[in-house]
Amino acid sequence: MQPRAVFEKIWDDHVIAVREDGQSLIYVDRLLLQENSFHAFDVLRRENRTVRNPSQAFAFADHYVQTTPRGQGMDSVTIPENRRMIELIQADAKAYGIDTFTVGDVRQGILHVVGPEQGISQPGIVLAGADSHTSTHGALGAFAFGVGSSETAHALATQGLWRSKPKNMLIYVEDPLPTGTSSKDLILAIIREVGTAGGFGHVIEYAGPGIDALSVEQRMTVCNMSIEAGARAGLIAPDQKVFDYVKGRPFAPQDAAWDEAIAYWRTLRSDEGAMYDKVVKIDARKIVPMVSWGTAPDQVLPVNGRVPSASSVDDEHQQVRISNALEYMGLAPDTDLQSIALDKVFIGSCTNGRIEDLRAAADVAKGRKATIPALVVPGSGLVKKQAEAEGLDKIFIEAGFQWREPGCSMCVAVNGDNLKPEERCASTSNRNFEGRQGPGGRTHLMSPAMAAAAAIAGHIIDVRELMQGE
Amino acid sequence: MKPLHKVTGIAMPIERVGINTDQIFPARFLKQPRSVGYEQFTFHDLRRKSNGALRDDFPLNQAKYKDARFIIGNSSFGIGSSREGAVYTLLDAGFQVLIAPSFGDIFKANCFKNGVLTIELPDDVVAELRREAAAADAQEFEMDISEQTLRRPSGEFLSFQVEPFQKHCLMNGLNEIDLTLEFAADIDAFESKQRVRRGWIVRA
Repeated sequence: MQPRAVFEKIWDDHVIAVREDGQSLIYVDRLLLQENSFHAFDVLRRENRTVRNPSQAFAFADHYVQTTPRGQGMDSVTIPENRRMIELIQADAKAYGIDTFTVGDVRQGILHVVGPEQGISQPGIVLAGADSHTSTHGALGAFAFGVGSSETAHALATQGLWRSKPKNMLIYVEDPLPTGTSSKDLILAIIREVGTAGGFGHVIEYAGPGIDALSVEQRMTVCNMSIEAGARAGLIAPDQKVFDYVKGRPFAPQDAAWDEAIAYWRTLRSDEGAMYDKVVKIDARKIVPMVSWGTAPDQVLPVNGRVPSASSVDDEHQQVRISNALEYMGLAPDTDLQSIALDKVFIGSCTNGRIEDLRAAADVAKGRKATIPALVVPGSGLVKKQAEAEGLDKIFIEAGFQWREPGCSMCVAVNGDNLKPEERCASTSNRNFEGRQGPGGRTHLMSPAMAAAAAIAGHIIDVRELMQGE
Repeated sequence: MKPLHKVTGIAMPIERVGINTDQIFPARFLKQPRSVGYEQFTFHDLRRKSNGALRDDFPLNQAKYKDARFIIGNSSFGIGSSREGAVYTLLDAGFQVLIAPSFGDIFKANCFKNGVLTIELPDDVVAELRREAAAADAQEFEMDISEQTLRRPSGEFLSFQVEPFQKHCLMNGLNEIDLTLEFAADIDAFESKQRVRRGWIVRA
């Protein structure tokens, strides 16, 4: 047999049928839904469809949940329209017999945090999600991708999706990351390198010693932002770290099934000589803390950089992109990034709302004081509980950060947490698009440690400098 | 889904590179039911100044594009969030054909599911089309999916590629779920096989 990359192995294992035009019907092992999936249920009702395997679908309340205290359960969701959205997904999921993680349940949280946490996401599976950041689950060695409402309805009704086989791209990270940097810096540097269209039509496999050295949660941050490079999915071949991570989680295989599963999972490595359509090598030794300055996730610079000018590039498209971004961001060319004053800080999201992210931020916050409003939003109720068991909540509160309830919060800014026009935010989320955190709001993407440092300084700062001498 | 054959109409140029689905349909409107009419949200924030007033220089605010049915965009049109509302809003605003050098993958798939045709053409050709669409006296374009041709205001015909299966579905307004359910026996057989080989996955 031809040597195959891990993605091809998963693909081959899921082809139900191949159509004349070469498209394959791919089996969907797990399907994740969120409040905005109501359109998909509308399709099912309108067309009088049933859900084929409800036990392979999972529904989450995350986008619209308020992050203010939840003592009263659903009564604490005080924005009527948001409450209606949460009630909608609860009712739809219940009507079709789908497990739901919602307000009032300690397991509630962001679908891309809860999926792995509950063992729903596993190596070797095809996982579709009604959200573009479904690529996150590729960190466990799954082929995981986001779909719109029509395909959500299709997967609910048939358990399959039609796909042309994507091209395969290898991003090889040669060395472990330097001290003082994180996998957020790595993925921002990668997107800067390949661009927001670099991954079009491709599944990205991340590999190499720099990836092997990352924890499973750090890998999730990398795979999460694959979509920001335009890729259909991102994944990492599963290793012992992943098996140890998955083991014992509520929806993971147990007992004899575990032994069978792990024997299969061990075969999910890219073969020697596997072919890739595109290969990008990243020298991780050169990675430093990264910060976005513009309105697209490839408009990123090392923290010691200066904002570019349109005339600094030859490409006409890029010139227009730069001048549009400068105008929206209210920045002058050649501004020192570290001189940019901030109004708010957001630590959380499916990119950086896990326990390791909160630990990294708390390390910086400890014994210091925030000088601007800073929100810390755990990715799930269980992340929150773990953080509280470790005393991280106290560190944040003492440092003047706000300790919130779990949800997507100010990443997509539809739950009541958002920026006002022209407010500038250091954010650990994934998109610095115009208006993403609120109309007119200005987003600077960075790692949790960098965001915590920014909260202390009140402006963009190199966390390594702040932490010097510790 | 309504069958798609010919579309004749004005084309609206969008110059920006990397238009994302947040710009086409901002997230804060996602909670609106489709019945409110999504055309009121199309390019909502791009159309407006920071004080909320409409920008005269945004094409959708110009009278000549009021009835436009084509969008001539730029590279990486529709990147970002998977929200299908970005397609609903274009459809509700009357757009049926989108032309660009490249599209975001999820957005492109969502367009097809809703009977919106995406046409990819080389960068320089699309740039010319945008110029044509921007002319003072905007003229009609015509797309014929059966012939796979686009007639420009100049009268010249351009041919474009469309996957045969997509063409068949679009032309006949076919429901993809119905088509897939014709494979029910294959899906059953696959699940039976997986129950044995990968018993921990199939839970039904």
